[in-house]
This record gives sequence, C-alpha cells and structure tokens, in this order.
Amino acid sequence: MTSRDNRRLDLILAAGVFALIALPWYRIRSGFFSFEWLEDFISSEKLWPGLVQGLTGRWQLWPVLALLAVAVLLRFTQAPGKRGGALIAVGAAGLTWMLAEGLAIGLRGWNWGLLEAAFGDVAGQPAFGAGAIVLGTLFALMIAFGAAERGALKGDAFVLGAITLLVLLVATFVFYPLVSMFTGAFQEFDGSFTSEGVRRNIVDPKIWSLACFWGGNCGVAWRTFFLAICTATGTTLLGLVFALVATRTGFRFKKSLRLLTVLPIITPPFVVGLALTMLLGRSGSLTQVIEAATGWELGRWLYGLTGIWIAQMLSFTPISFLVLIGVVDGISPSMEEASQTLRSDRWRTFRKVSLPLMAPGLANAFLIGFIESMADFGNPLVLGGSGGVLSTEIFFAVVGAQNDPSRAAVLAMILLFFTLSAFLAQRLWLSGRNYATVTGKGDGGRHIRLPRRVGLPVITVAVAWAAFTITVYAMILFGGFVKIWGLDHSLTLDHYSKAFGVGWENGILWTGVAWDSFWTTMEIALIAAPLTAAVGLLTAWLIVRQRFPGRGVFEFALMMSFAIPGTVIGISYIMAFNLPPLQMTGTAAILIACFVFRNMPVGVRGGVAAMAQLDGSLDEASLTLGASSGRTMRKVILPLMRPAILAALVYSFVRAITSISAVIFLVSAKYNMATAYIVGLVENGEYGIAIAYSSVLILVMITVIGGFQLLVGERRIRRGEEKVANSGFSSKEARA
Amino acid sequence: MTQTKGAVAFRNVRKAFGSFTAIPDLTLDIEPGKLVTLLGPSGCGKTTTLRMLAGLESPTDGQILIGGDDVTRLPADRRDVSMVFQSYALFPHMRVGQNVAYGLEAGGMKSAEARRRAEEALELVGLSGLAGRLPAELSGGQQQRVAVARALVLEPQVLLLDEPLSNLDARLRRKVRTDIRDLQQRIGLTAVYVTHDQEEALAVSDTIVVMKEGKIAQIGTPRELYESPASDFIADFIGEANVVEGRVISVDGDAAQVELGGVTLSLPSRGQLPGPTQISLRSNALKVTTEGTGIKGTIASSAYLGDHVEYEIDGPLGRIFVVDDESDTPLPSGTAVALEVRPRGVALIPGGA
Repeated sequence: MTSRDNRRLDLILAAGVFALIALPWYRIRSGFFSFEWLEDFISSEKLWPGLVQGLTGRWQLWPVLALLAVAVLLRFTQAPGKRGGALIAVGAAGLTWMLAEGLAIGLRGWNWGLLEAAFGDVAGQPAFGAGAIVLGTLFALMIAFGAAERGALKGDAFVLGAITLLVLLVATFVFYPLVSMFTGAFQEFDGSFTSEGVRRNIVDPKIWSLACFWGGNCGVAWRTFFLAICTATGTTLLGLVFALVATRTGFRFKKSLRLLTVLPIITPPFVVGLALTMLLGRSGSLTQVIEAATGWELGRWLYGLTGIWIAQMLSFTPISFLVLIGVVDGISPSMEEASQTLRSDRWRTFRKVSLPLMAPGLANAFLIGFIESMADFGNPLVLGGSGGVLSTEIFFAVVGAQNDPSRAAVLAMILLFFTLSAFLAQRLWLSGRNYATVTGKGDGGRHIRLPRRVGLPVITVAVAWAAFTITVYAMILFGGFVKIWGLDHSLTLDHYSKAFGVGWENGILWTGVAWDSFWTTMEIALIAAPLTAAVGLLTAWLIVRQRFPGRGVFEFALMMSFAIPGTVIGISYIMAFNLPPLQMTGTAAILIACFVFRNMPVGVRGGVAAMAQLDGSLDEASLTLGASSGRTMRKVILPLMRPAILAALVYSFVRAITSISAVIFLVSAKYNMATAYIVGLVENGEYGIAIAYSSVLILVMITVIGGFQLLVGERRIRRGEEKVANSGFSSKEARA
Repeated sequence: MTQTKGAVAFRNVRKAFGSFTAIPDLTLDIEPGKLVTLLGPSGCGKTTTLRMLAGLESPTDGQILIGGDDVTRLPADRRDVSMVFQSYALFPHMRVGQNVAYGLEAGGMKSAEARRRAEEALELVGLSGLAGRLPAELSGGQQQRVAVARALVLEPQVLLLDEPLSNLDARLRRKVRTDIRDLQQRIGLTAVYVTHDQEEALAVSDTIVVMKEGKIAQIGTPRELYESPASDFIADFIGEANVVEGRVISVDGDAAQVELGGVTLSLPSRGQLPGPTQISLRSNALKVTTEGTGIKGTIASSAYLGDHVEYEIDGPLGRIFVVDDESDTPLPSGTAVALEVRPRGVALIPGGA
C-alpha cells in the first residue's frame, strides 16, 4: 500500500540528487541539448553542477542542498502517512527560495540596490540551467506527492502532480511575463525604479487625443478601439448573413460556403492585406481599371484604417460565420413553428422570435470580432501606412528607432485592458444567456425559410462578399507567378525558384532563400504541436473530470490567456526571458513555449468538448477495477479521444506556422520563422517572393488538414454511430 | 471490530459538498456475505455512500473499513472492491473480453491468463463465446451482465452495484435481479446495492438500509421493514401504506388494544403507551364490503386494473387508498361501504402521534 508512495518519492529524490551532481546548474550558451558541455564539464567552472557550485562559494544554493537532504531524511525516517505535511513544506520552501534567489541575484550581483545595501556584494550568476530547472520541477512534485500522501484528492498523486506542474508552467509562461512587462514599464535600463516613462506615455496625446472629432488626428488607442468596433459590427452582420444563407435558404451553393470557414485557419494573417494591396493599392489591378475608366486619381486611400478594416472584414467574417452557424442552427425549430401557429407570418416570426433568440449569440460574435480586431497585427503591419494601431505601435516602440520599452509596455497594457474587458464581458455577462441550446430531445420540425424580403438581399450580399473573398485569394495564388505586380504582368517562375530553388552538388543543396526559415518553421511547429496537444488535453481532463479547490479560477485563468493579444505576449516574453533567472530569448525554446501556451486554450476547449461526450463513469469504472489514474488516462481516455487529439495536433501545428504577432518579437537570426521572414520581404518591397512563399505555406497547410481529415474520417468507434468527436476543429480564434 | 474478509463498516462518516452536507453522521456495519441494499428517494445520500465505499468520493470526516482495514484515505484503484455502474461504463473501444480482463491486467496479471479468467467470468454470467464482440454489439441485458462479469472477475471483497437495473425494461429487470441474487449467494460475496425501487430492494436484499436526507431511517430485513415500519416515512416509502391516526386504549405486555376508525383491534404494541398513535395501514389490509361490519366509508373514486380494483375511500380516517383483489367489479363512487380490517398489513408506528 505504501510502497507506491515510497517508490515515486524515491524516483524524484534520485532525480534530484542526479541533477545536483551531474547536470550543469546554470544555463549554457551553446545550448544544453547539443551536449557539447560534456567535454568541459569538469574543467569549466560555468558548467559545474549545483552541488559543486554550492561548495565553491555560491551560498545561495545551500538552502536548496539542505532542503533536498531534509527530503531524503524524511523518506528514510518517516512512514508515508506521517511525512506528507513536511514534504509539502520542503517543496514549497525549495520553490520559494529558488524563485527568490533567482530574481534577486542577476548577472552582475544583486538586482536591487536595497539588497546590496543590506547584504553587501555578491557574485553575479547566470540564468537557471538544466540542473536548476530539474530541481525546481522536483520541488513542485514534492508538494504534490506530499499532498497525495495526506490524502488530498483521494490521494491521487498523478492528478496532483499534473495540477502542480500545470500551475507552475502557466505561472511561468503566462503570468510571469505579464508581471515582468508591468514592472518593466517602471524600470530604468539599469533596473532602478522610475515612473517617469509611464507618466510620460500614459498621458501622451498620441495615444489618447480625441482630436479627430474636430478635424485633427485621434490617438492610437481610440483609433484602435474605433476600428475594432467597426470590424466587430461588420463581421457580425456579414457572419449572420452567411449563417442565414447556409441554414435558412434554398441557396444552391450553400454547402461550398462552409469551405469559407477553413480560410482563416490556413491563411497567414498578413496575406489578406498583401492581396488587397495588389488589388486596390496604388498600382493595384482594380485601381488601374477604375483609374483608366474614370480618370480619377485614387491614390493611397487603402493605407490606413479603411484598408485595415477591409482586410479584417475579409479575415474575420469566416470566424463570425462559424460562431453564428451554431447559434442560428441551435434555435429550436419548434419555437418558430409555435410562433407560426400563433398567427404570425414568416416576417413577424423572424423579427419577433428568431432574431431575439439569436441576440446573445450575436453579442458573442461581436465580442470575438472585437478581440480579433484588437489583436490583429499582420494586416495593420502591411496596410497601416503612417497611422498604425496599438499592436503595430507596440512593435515599433521596441524594434524601431524609438526603442522605448516603457512605452511599449504602456501600450501593451492599454491593449490588454481593451481585450480583457471584452473577454470578461463575454464570459460574465453572456454566459448563461444563450438560448441556442441542444436539449437532446429530438426536436421535430425544420427551420422555416427566411421571409422573402430578408432572403433576397441576404443571398445577394453573401454572394457578392464570397466573390470578393475568392478574388482576393485568387490574387494570392496568381500573384506569385507575375513578374512585377502592376507594372509587368508577364508570367514567370522566378519568385518560386528564388524562394524554393534546389541545386545538386554532392547531394541536395537548398539554394532558395526561403528554405532556411521554412525548415525552422516546420521543425518548431512539429515540436510544439504534440506539446500543445498534450498540455491542452491534460488540462481539459483535469478541468472536466477532477474536482479540486481553485478549479474555477484555474480554468478562467487559462481561458483568459486567449484574450491576451499576440503582440502583448511577444513583448512580455522579451521582457521576462531576456535576463536571468530564465533566459530564453534567441532560442528555439522560447518560440516553442510561446506556441504551446498561446495555442493551448484551443486544445483545452477541444478536449473539454470531447471529454464531455465521454461518460464520467468510464474513468470511475477503470479506477474501481484497480487501474491508476495514469493507466486510466492511457488505456481508456486517450484511445477514446483520438479524434480530438489529432485535431489538437493539426490545429497547433497549423497555428504555429501562420502566427506572426508574438513570433515577430521572438525570432532570431538562428531561428527565423516563415511568417517573420515574409514580413521582412514585404518591408523590402519584394512582394513577388512574399506572395509565392505565402502560397506555398497555404498549400502545405491544406495538405496537412486534408490528410488529417482523411485519417479521422475513416475510423469509427461504435457500430452504426457517428464518430465520437468529429474532425472539424473550431476556427473560432484562428488568428495570431 | 470484525476482522473478517468482506465486512464493511462506516464509522461516524460525514460528507459535505461545500456548504451542503450530504451525509451528516453515518455509522453502519455490513456483515460479510450479505447483500445489503441502500434504499431511499433521490438525494438521500445512498449513491454518495456507495461512492465513498468505492473510493470515488472522500469522506469529510470519519472512517471507512473494508475487511477490518481502514481504507478511508485509500484511492479507488487500491481498494478491494469493484463496482457495477448504472450506465455499465463498458469501455466502448475495447472488446467484451478486453473489458473483463481490464482490471486483471491493471493488477499485473499476464494477458493470456487474464483472457482465460475473463472467459470464465463471462461463462459465469452466461455469455461465453461473446468475448470478441464490441459492447455496442450486445443487447442492454448482455451489456449489464458484462459489467457484472467485469466486476466479479477481480474477486473483490465487496461488490458494489449502483442502480444496476435502471437501464433495463421492466420484464428483463425481474430476471436480471434474480440472476444477480443467485450469483451473489452462490459466491457468498458481500454486496452493496443501491436502488430507489422498493420492490427491487425487497426482492434481492438480506438487509435493507432505508436512507432519508443522509441519515439512516431504518435498517432491517425486508419483512421487518414491511411489517414493522419504524416511522411514517418508512411505512409510506415501503409499499405505499396509508398512515392514519388511531388510539392505543390499553397495553398488556406485547399486545395492545387499538381503536381505529370506530373498530377495536389487537396489535403488537411495539413499545407504545396508551394514547393517540400513528398506524400504518397497507392498501390490501382492508376488505371492502357493502353489507359487512367495520370502518364506515364512502367510495370517492375507483379504478379497474384487470385483476384488482383500486379505491379511494373517504371516512373517519380521512381519504385512504385501498386495493380490493377479490372482486373485479368496481363499486361506483358514492357507495357506502364497510371496511373489514385484516390482521396482516396493519402496524403501530412507534413514536408516531
């Protein structure tokens, strides 16, 4: 009975001792996984493990050594039932101490002058390395195992361990960066406190001016807000139009309309902006046609809020469409039938019953559109011209000539304030107001057709917009084969050969300029995808199946991380992970961490939906049959969730490829991602190659998604029943 | 304390969900080899009790013992019990044989041996040869038996059954409950059975524990519960008795003279003293006659149900419900009748009045 308690404790204690004597405590510049450090492990002081570092004068490691020793002592002197509380205390103390000393002692000694005054000089230390990270993890597990031995959560060590690690990870990769960003706003370059930067920026008329109401220029915060309202309104209306056409008309091509919903998943976010430039820009093809026909000078009208608005409408209407299909479809037909039997014609029924029932769903679509528009980075970057929005301003505050981190932080906080408010509104105000519920009782009846006075205009608008969308996407594919858009329309393969050229000289030579970033992208996306799926589904399982204190807060915090715009994540990661205790900038790890924690909510949501379809008694049956939680997960839950797992895998893979907003802050010369590279091409005016590269990316993703659909489409779980979770993953928030 | 294998004991167990207390203080002993039913209306805490025994919920306070060992803090996968779920909870992606062998393999048994034992267990429940099917390819009754086989194959100290018949139709239910009872007696297994159906409970149990609002309302054999209900709640819940007012005239040892609606009866006193009392009157305890002597009454409504007739009758006891299984011709409403009291089916309710 107690042997299991001892065995798992033995395991982590052994790992802890191993990490202290055999793994470098501090971060290695060349990277841990290259294993070059093995050669100089003995000779180079920087590579020494924790034990040696401690013995050679780094007193800040003594508590760590002591606490591990206490844990070992507990293991051999106390029975599992008795030592739980002590283990928790040791683990918590270990984590707290590592956090404190890591934050307090930087590369050049104390981080804060106050400490230096109190304790005198101390030798600086590099960031945490393999040894430190292993030990931190083990301290966290010690808390979990201690709690398990005390019988918390029915003594389930697997569940407790999973919760502890997830909390630790989310704290490290979501909340720590945000806090760093916030404190970063109040710091001088040397780390001392100053509120000067914040004070200067927070009242900056460039941010808050309302001058546009009397003929001047409004501040960037208001411009962004205004744009988001317009985009949200527009996409909600258009989305509703499409949803109505798809569900309530006899329109012949409504099946193919649904293909639209895939577009935002596979399109890198700036591509729409790029295509618009080619169509409506100064030398765009449509512009030329109009100018030739009328003789007007159209000029640069596209660059600015109007252009961004059009691009966002194109990008986000499919998302709103997807949300609203569910809403419009979910209204019970019997409501409408009841209305009809109560002497109301179709128009009155639509006005008095259908629309009011859809209202909460419409509000939801509006808020999603608002958040998407606020967070959008790709389109404003391409089309913003001189007047940007918050997300691009943040970017230029860091990378441009300004280099004003406190301004970036202030702007990021404003952006975060807007999106979080919308998210909270969506969560707190809208939850529980949804009438579009599926009751499980078979509702007889069919949805009534739209009244004619609504139906005709709706179909017209939908067809027109769909045609526009198709034109824009055709532009993308076609543009890659044209020499110089707007000037020389002769067909060429130059762009493709320049980007993806392959030579042969003693083996394949990847001569194209795009290959480098392409392979990096694939590699990082392939590493990030399974991690994202694993973390997301594990979280979903904990949320759905386990009852633990703070579960509601845990879920809320996770979902909230979705409302954090990518730009904010990017800037906060730079501020958090550029210096010890965790130094990750310029590595592949920071990109992977960014993708995992940015896309995890999607995995969580998919997992929660799939898990909700699995009867909870299945897990319980497995437990009462003597299988542990881990075994239950492996043998029962995972096999039944395979479609959801595949969906999460593909989704996170695709999102890792298309995302730009956070990525652009985190790429480095060594690890450049495709999207960041393409944006670079656009900035240099090399539209041809940019477009060619984008087309290839879209093609890759269509292949991946198509292959995945085939894979999932073929398997069935029960006789005569549909697949447990179907393959269609939500593109609700398909944007970076 | 019993040290026997299969004994179960709850010691002052309390279970609270947040601010709601489902079980205030439960103490209960279950003898080895018995089938004990937890019976009660929904929300009475019977399923919570079963789940605490399985280890699927942790008690807030108190102790749970299985076979004399304290298992209060032991997780579900390390308890020597197994459970048949209301929904059966067969793993849909595993064959029947794999389902039954699942628990054995989790316990570290070689898979060939586990398969063999699974086949034996399936034979025990009369499903030999179906090991290769998927659960979805079986009928409801067969699925139910697979669930039983999967639980039994582990040879647990205690078998837990959570409303195991509720997903079956009425006819099948009768057969399966007899099968379960037979199997349990043949193996001599301790079983704890949760149901809200009093007829089912009466049919299968050695002992019935009736629960109400998290407390034990009465423990007894089916006969004790039916014939000597401890409260008006039990009288009403087990077999829908009329609970009426009467008066104890005199007590002589175990026998009491009781006045009921104008007639005098001799009943076991059950510790009652002279004075007003509550009496449980089964629906078949009264014979309806038009000319005989007995409690006077008027027929308020009647219903013809094939082999018997149901009446609602107004009289000195208020409106009571009576079943007449000797006549198949209902008397019309308004008929004046006399109700003869039969000796069986009438009992004093202790503490009532």
